[in-house]
Amino acid sequence: MTGQIEVVFAGFGGQGVMTAGQLLAYTAMDEGKQVAWIPSYGPEMRGGTANCTVVVSEHRIGSPIINNPGAACVFNRPSLDKFGELIRPGGLLLINSSLIDVKSGRDDVTELLVPVNDIAIRAGNPKAANMVMLAAFVAMTDIVSFDALEKMFREKLGSKKKELLEVNLKAFAEGRMLAEKEKAGGKA
Amino acid sequence: MAYQANTVFTRPASLSETITHYCPGCTHGIIHRLVAESLDELGLRERAVGVAPVGCSVLIYNYFNCDFLEAPHGRAPALATGFKRIRPDMIVFTYQGDGDLASIGMGEIVHAANRGEKFTTIFVNNAIYGMTGGQMAPTTMPGQRTTTSPAGRDVDLAGYPIRMAELLSTLRTPAYVARTSVHTPMHAVQAKQAIKKAFRLQKENRCFSLVEVLSTCPTNWGIAPSDATRWLAENMLPYYPLGVFKDPEREEATS
Amino acid sequence: MAKKLMKGNEAIGEAAICAGALNYFAYPITPQSEVAEYLCWRLPEVGGTFVQAESEVAVGNMLFGAAASGKRVFTTSSSPGISLMQEAISYIAGAQLPVVFVNIMRGGPGLGGILPAQSDYFQAVKAGGHGDYHLIVLAPSSVQEAVDLMILAFDLADKYRNPVMLIGDGMIGQMMEAVEFPEEHRKPNDPTGSDWALTGAKNRKARITKSLFLDPVMLEENSFLLAEKYKTIKKNEIRFEKYKVTDKNRILIMAYGTMARICQTAIDELEQEGISVGLFRPVSLYPFPEQDIFTESTRKNIEKVLVVEMSVGQMIEDIERCLKGQREIDFYGRTGGIVPTPNEVKDKVRQMLGIKK
Repeated sequence: MTGQIEVVFAGFGGQGVMTAGQLLAYTAMDEGKQVAWIPSYGPEMRGGTANCTVVVSEHRIGSPIINNPGAACVFNRPSLDKFGELIRPGGLLLINSSLIDVKSGRDDVTELLVPVNDIAIRAGNPKAANMVMLAAFVAMTDIVSFDALEKMFREKLGSKKKELLEVNLKAFAEGRMLAEKEKAGGKA
Repeated sequence: MAYQANTVFTRPASLSETITHYCPGCTHGIIHRLVAESLDELGLRERAVGVAPVGCSVLIYNYFNCDFLEAPHGRAPALATGFKRIRPDMIVFTYQGDGDLASIGMGEIVHAANRGEKFTTIFVNNAIYGMTGGQMAPTTMPGQRTTTSPAGRDVDLAGYPIRMAELLSTLRTPAYVARTSVHTPMHAVQAKQAIKKAFRLQKENRCFSLVEVLSTCPTNWGIAPSDATRWLAENMLPYYPLGVFKDPEREEATS
Repeated sequence: MAKKLMKGNEAIGEAAICAGALNYFAYPITPQSEVAEYLCWRLPEVGGTFVQAESEVAVGNMLFGAAASGKRVFTTSSSPGISLMQEAISYIAGAQLPVVFVNIMRGGPGLGGILPAQSDYFQAVKAGGHGDYHLIVLAPSSVQEAVDLMILAFDLADKYRNPVMLIGDGMIGQMMEAVEFPEEHRKPNDPTGSDWALTGAKNRKARITKSLFLDPVMLEENSFLLAEKYKTIKKNEIRFEKYKVTDKNRILIMAYGTMARICQTAIDELEQEGISVGLFRPVSLYPFPEQDIFTESTRKNIEKVLVVEMSVGQMIEDIERCLKGQREIDFYGRTGGIVPTPNEVKDKVRQMLGIKK
């Protein structure tokens, strides 16, 4: 990556958007980048979305408040409505197509539909939807290396729930595969 | 004929030589002495820290010969908590009047007692605000005239006096809670026993301890000192019964 | 030491431990309850003391008593809680005790809201309690700076025997950033040999920690003594940061805390449009960098000074005092939990210069 990337993870409370953002921030920090993780603030807390913004930069980070993020991972419809239109032109939008049956309607951003809930259930843990999304996002952007992310994932989440680690890693791999296919020009 | 002089009475080492500012007939001086004797006899003076209240006894630190902190009105138990938690090896006590402890400082004393903070509180109850000039206190007797209840305390408006010792002894956390008086020498001797026991329990790192001491205020009651002790006996004793309300040693013996 | 990704609230707690401050008294209040949730298990690990008090009134007074021991003591709270501590703060200043207070500010007045604001500037800087006194006030703009200033706060409190307040908005508390802590923890203060701490009247005269001086001559003397101390603090402890301040600046922005970072981004983006704007960020709000603010604001090309705050305008009164009418001052502020965005700051600057987007 070069310069600075900002990404919003947004969804219902309980969908794990905060955790996904933190995992990304931890990994980027470990790779020597400047990071800031900011939970929902201001009036955005209303209207059915919980969200966090992660800023990853090669320079000292200025404003932690981002008007127009470079990317968003939206887990539910209110989040798509809210953040779909805020993404910078040329940015990236990942939509949870398990719960959202529309697209943003924008033609100036890269859009990827990821059925994160379906993939997570298939992998054996419905709660791993956030990890599917994070894996897909990282695969799309190369914001951090995948190995570093997986290592951080094992470190932060693996120790507490060992029995879930394998299914979570499976969900992780599926999210990555789907995004890499998309990148390579295939259809997900 | 040769006489041998024996010292039978001295100033306790825990008291300084400063003459107090208290009014004639006020019992603060007696209570100060009982506290000082207890510190002396238990060998605690050199590691004692007192916390002064706001009220007539705000200048208590001038009369004692040990370290002292001066608290905002009613907050002495919070200061004592802060100090004692950091220096559990020290002996900490608060000395508070009824306006300070039972009115503005009600929250602090209840919670310090309930947490079982390991300090001792000497609670001097004279049923009136002294320093500010004789206003009604939460402990003022029904019908008692004060500068803010010139027709006498109206229980319909101000409720009945708060019995602090009873109130605090409803708390479960082990605590030594006693009520004493100093209006006669005999009562003063009993008060001394309670105060000394309270400090001994603290010395043994046992528990929070509080000794309420009924006291006179002839100046603000508007009567002569000799009448004041009688007034206390006739009016306060029936409402504020003396006794030990909570005693960890008694509880240990019966359990 | 390896960097850690931490929430500002937790980092502030850990910083205190690094400073050898192991005595923490607190009452829960949003948006900083994580500090107590962190320290309640962390302090016992390092032999420290945590007391959850019954109210912020009690917290302030527990600190008062605890500080008299000569050990490092502190609390964290948020606006309404800090209001309740003003009684104790006044007494602590009067009795000259070192205590560190952290205010993670939320919107007010009254119960207000729970989102970030900077509306307690007056309360902190002008002394919110009664009497002639001042706190030393420090305002971090990042989690790392919160850590560094927290450690400094204890040093300054001890050095001047004066309460110090760290003020951050809710964002500093809730945001996670990478932080580095000093390798070595300070040892807790040893009050043995102190000439003021209460350690027991053994082989010395009894000591009294107090703020009562019934004799007006002595009270005046004490107040003059405090005033002298504040003069020394003003001489020694002014701290600030400048960002892109040059002779080309047409506008100089004044902002502190997180607000300053938001302005920094606006300045970077305005630079790309060819508009030169500088940022002056006071780090110590008391003592206030009066002279430096005057000097930087009166650079030859600066047309106007813009004060940006998460309030309806508090620090601006001090800026006005510093500039003595030498420059026109404009203001942009949002409050109640609404944080000005870089775009809003940019729009304000363009409007001030009469530039259409």
